[in-house]
Amino acid sequence: MNRPPQSLHRALGLSDDEFAQIEAVLGREPNDLELALYGVMWSEHCSYKSSRLHLRRLPTTGEHVLVGPGENAGVIDAGDGIAVAIRIESHNHPSAIEPYQGAATGVGGILRDVFTMGARPLAVMDPLFFGELSDARQRWLVEGVVSGISGYGNSVGVPTIGGELTFDECYSGNPLVNVLCVGALPTERLVLGIASGVGNLAVLLGSRTGRDGIGGVSVLASAGFSGEEGALDDAKRPSVQVGDPYEEKRLIEACLELLDRGYVLGIQDLGGAGLVCATSETAARGGVGMDVDVTAVPQREPGMVPYEIMTSESQERMLAIITPENLEAVREVCERWEVRATVVGHVVEPLIDDDGNEVGMLRIRDGFDGEVLAEVPARSLADEAPLYDRTRERPSSLDAVLDDDPSNEPVGSTNEDLLSLLVDPGWVYRQYDSQLFLNTVVGPGRDAALLRLAGPGLPVSTRGIALSTDSNPRWCALDPRLGTALTIYESVANLACVGATAKAVVNCLNFGNPEHPSVMWQLSEAIDGMADACSALGLPVIGGNVSLYNESGGVDIDPTPVVGLLGVLDHLVAPPPGWNWRAGDALVLVGVRRAVGERSFPLGGSRWATRRGRRGGRLSEIEVSTLRATIDFVVGEVAGICAGMASDVTAVHDVSGGGIAAALAEMVAVTSVGAQVAELDDFAELFSEFPGRFIVATGDLDAFATRAAAAGVPMVSLGTCGGERLVIGSTVDLSVDDIAATRRGALEAALSALS
Amino acid sequence: MTRIAVVVFPGSNCEYDALTGVESLGADAELVWHSTKDLSGFDGVILPGGFAHGDYLRPGALARFSPVMDAVARFAEDGGAVLGICNGFQVLTEAGLLPGALQKNAGLKFLCQPTTLTVTSTDSILTANATLGQELVIPINHFSGAYVCDDETLARLEGSGQIILRYVENPNGSRGNIAGLANERGNVVGLMPHPERAMSTLLGSADGRVLLESFVAPRVRA
Repeated sequence: MNRPPQSLHRALGLSDDEFAQIEAVLGREPNDLELALYGVMWSEHCSYKSSRLHLRRLPTTGEHVLVGPGENAGVIDAGDGIAVAIRIESHNHPSAIEPYQGAATGVGGILRDVFTMGARPLAVMDPLFFGELSDARQRWLVEGVVSGISGYGNSVGVPTIGGELTFDECYSGNPLVNVLCVGALPTERLVLGIASGVGNLAVLLGSRTGRDGIGGVSVLASAGFSGEEGALDDAKRPSVQVGDPYEEKRLIEACLELLDRGYVLGIQDLGGAGLVCATSETAARGGVGMDVDVTAVPQREPGMVPYEIMTSESQERMLAIITPENLEAVREVCERWEVRATVVGHVVEPLIDDDGNEVGMLRIRDGFDGEVLAEVPARSLADEAPLYDRTRERPSSLDAVLDDDPSNEPVGSTNEDLLSLLVDPGWVYRQYDSQLFLNTVVGPGRDAALLRLAGPGLPVSTRGIALSTDSNPRWCALDPRLGTALTIYESVANLACVGATAKAVVNCLNFGNPEHPSVMWQLSEAIDGMADACSALGLPVIGGNVSLYNESGGVDIDPTPVVGLLGVLDHLVAPPPGWNWRAGDALVLVGVRRAVGERSFPLGGSRWATRRGRRGGRLSEIEVSTLRATIDFVVGEVAGICAGMASDVTAVHDVSGGGIAAALAEMVAVTSVGAQVAELDDFAELFSEFPGRFIVATGDLDAFATRAAAAGVPMVSLGTCGGERLVIGSTVDLSVDDIAATRRGALEAALSALS
Repeated sequence: MTRIAVVVFPGSNCEYDALTGVESLGADAELVWHSTKDLSGFDGVILPGGFAHGDYLRPGALARFSPVMDAVARFAEDGGAVLGICNGFQVLTEAGLLPGALQKNAGLKFLCQPTTLTVTSTDSILTANATLGQELVIPINHFSGAYVCDDETLARLEGSGQIILRYVENPNGSRGNIAGLANERGNVVGLMPHPERAMSTLLGSADGRVLLESFVAPRVRA
């Protein structure tokens, strides 16, 4: 206690102003332990202090929304008495330092967020972003991250059903590892992380507490990387947690059984900021106080001091609020699952402050009757972190970037260009158990994943749920607002390919350093773009995560808002058409053919242009009314097939990265049957990317065209399926075998290069 | 009605899938905890997939010491039908109820993918209803699925028709392309592929049905 407080608060990541605010809250100088509690709880990662102001602009409500943002997971009513919980998070910085454990503990953390709501986790998805694979470090990161997800997810027993894989220079120093989890529960079992009932007990379940992950949220997640190899960044390795999927598996089963038996009043996972976060958040939500006996916490090693115990991010721990009468029964269930259960807290009366208001205090004690080591209002930790309206400024350099449109790029070899855009992510997803629980109708590697809505303990239903994660940092770098809106439209189109209607959005906003005005501008614009698109489609945003300080050596990543969309399908008894067309089928392009704006077939932000090193240009708007009609039409066509109705439609694929040319080539690769496509109007149409267009194969062109016309949906005939080649007018002529082999081998070839 | 016990070890994760699989064929199935010492009253026992006891040390190495395994051994001895799927196959080899062992895949990567199998013997409780040479598409989902055994054992297995399923294209380096095998009496079987994941065309394949139908079929004990 001899250190001057000024230096301690800065070492804990608190500014001088924040220190003064803490003094004002307490009416006195905080002691070291109290300061440490504020240090983690007021970190960017825990408090969203730079983004909260802007996140309020997102639409969050809807008739079917049971739980919106701010809880451990968002929850919707999916019908038939089943609620679906969904959450997305980032584990970027831990994965950059220790890829296996970083990615593994990311999976563990997201599962706890979902079963905290009483839901059994049913599936995980992982959007991943790395630098180019020509760099050996990136190959090491990819191997480590994928092994971590596989090693943890497979053993914990939750299928990984999809994700995204993006390689771009901008992630070289700061890869992104996002993880989404969806779970389901009988609607009436919904539980919230609330402490209630004075005299009730806070029971810590699961692993013992160790020195791993101390300061994870403040040291690691709320600061950038220096970018110098071996410098400060390596010293952060002890802030990465270590995961144990076997412990988590038993913890999941024990918690779900406790919830089933009705023993638990409230439950909260211990993730970022560990015990201090779980105790202060549950107490704050319940408006009560909590006494925590720091000596009661089972410890992994001797000599841990109170601040280490309170802020450790040791994995596989939960905090349950129970009545004293149920303690024995809780212990019995936990014993059966070999899960440790220890009373570490008591729910106590709130204090009454000078103005007569109830203030729930979090008191850390040395023994329940022992010395009070720290005493702070729980709400001040959980909800009252400072709120910043940081300076935002559109970078003036952007104009030159927008003016550098790639439409003047020489055409070159279209065959080679097309082949270079094809990557089958099979090497990644074959390492994931994608089938557990017998729900996976469409697994990884397609437009969207489609699951039966079934699981142990759920009411019987023939409904399905669909999931898609999407992002487009190339678009968002040019125009974060429009780019984010287009990303939402793209994701809704993906769900349509499996017949599902979008019901809710979660987001993971990965951005650079919020102290850079250009980054704050990107973040604010992206949130507005998301709000624009979600409002236009009537979609609520029911949860999210903001990951800032994604920078290395002072250079920020491209803005990377990742969206996760959850869709529902009313009746799922047959698989959707997929990408397998038959020889003789007619090929059509359904939806808006031309974008609105200066360019009908924009190439700015396209994968084709990026491969050519052209990162400039403008995005084009799309006509939302036509997009809505198109999506509704496609949903209807596919949902009918899933409900078991006969149809002339044999294949459906959304046009996205790589444009029409890549979409056709992907279908050729999967189906092993070629196609003859007439000359397109414009070379740019081959590779232009904007959402709302679908490639459809049909066995009865006239019938299909009649239905499209009746729905007021534009459609154009492209050609015919068949043969051993993909021919697109005079521009593309490739053999089916070349396309399939190149696509299949692309990722493995890149990963094995030079390593 | 055939009564099937599905054993749950801490760390098992395919228990509900196995349960659902045999229930969909009309069997009466129930989950039994690994501390169970009595399997009387059951007609068949399934050791499901997953990571029993976290697969610590190596897959199946700890599970063989679970109390239920003595009961499984007696049950097998009495001629009861015992089926080990994936991790369950690993447990059966560790427990000495099936010969050989399963080691890490040749590619040193976890593999979840469909495989095509050939039925190479119908002298087992799992393949009795299948036809010799029948091809079945059934997914695998494992890190340690490469079957190994010594030359003598392999010759014995080959000679006695104990190799019941082989991969058409070997995904994991298994000796003799072995995907599944039976003991000499044919009442204890283990396989790495997951027949319970191939019960419906909605999920990609219904080829696992013929195997589980064999398993749950009423029979006189061998």
